[in-house]
Amino acid sequence: MTKSLIRIQEADFDLTTEVAALRKGDLQVGAVVTFVGTVRDMNEGNQVTEMTLEHYPGMTEKALEDIISQAKACWEIRGTLVIHRIGPLLPEDQIVLVVVTSAHRGEAFAACEFIMDYLKTAAPFWKKEDTPEGSKWVDARVTDDVAMARWNQK
Amino acid sequence: MKLQLRFFASLREGLGLSEEWVNLPADVKTIAQLRHHLTQRGGAWAEVLASDKVIRCALNQRMVKESIALEEGAEVAFFPPVTGG
Repeated sequence: MTKSLIRIQEADFDLTTEVAALRKGDLQVGAVVTFVGTVRDMNEGNQVTEMTLEHYPGMTEKALEDIISQAKACWEIRGTLVIHRIGPLLPEDQIVLVVVTSAHRGEAFAACEFIMDYLKTAAPFWKKEDTPEGSKWVDARVTDDVAMARWNQK
Repeated sequence: MKLQLRFFASLREGLGLSEEWVNLPADVKTIAQLRHHLTQRGGAWAEVLASDKVIRCALNQRMVKESIALEEGAEVAFFPPVTGG
């Protein structure tokens, strides 16, 4: 039994509830790895008062399904959950949740990091920050491409 | 060839447009040629889609290289490099 869940939503999420739902009924799970991305109040020296996330409905789901199927092809994982929030968010708010379950921790750690790295370069989400100097779209980081590229070398 | 264009994030704001249907001349066969064709509209189009700007593109909701061939009725999206997560 494996589960793959993808949700794009404005609402916040609860880590404990989501992990329990993903694990429920799967007695083969011996490892659960989670990643939560959150909004910082500073980015590249600018104070951030609010952030707004835009996405490409339709393509987002396809991109995330593709990311998860690649992870499943590379590692022995059982369940995956990706929740990405859209709309306005404040500092300290949760943005993204990735949960991976597996029989063993090594597979779960690797798959979770791969999904996050791939999401940062291939899933169509964009952040716009409000700062005291006005609002500004966040530029992509070269380090995200580097993080993604290393998986292709393995 | 007729297809649907979609724009996201800073491109959408810069053009003041999120989507439109276009009829393309026969010599526009790839996404790169489409991008160049659109810059010929001048103004914000020339600026936002200029060849020195880093832009990503998708054909029917899959990320693709600009060299890919267009298809009748396709959905072609232009957007900046992604910054989610």
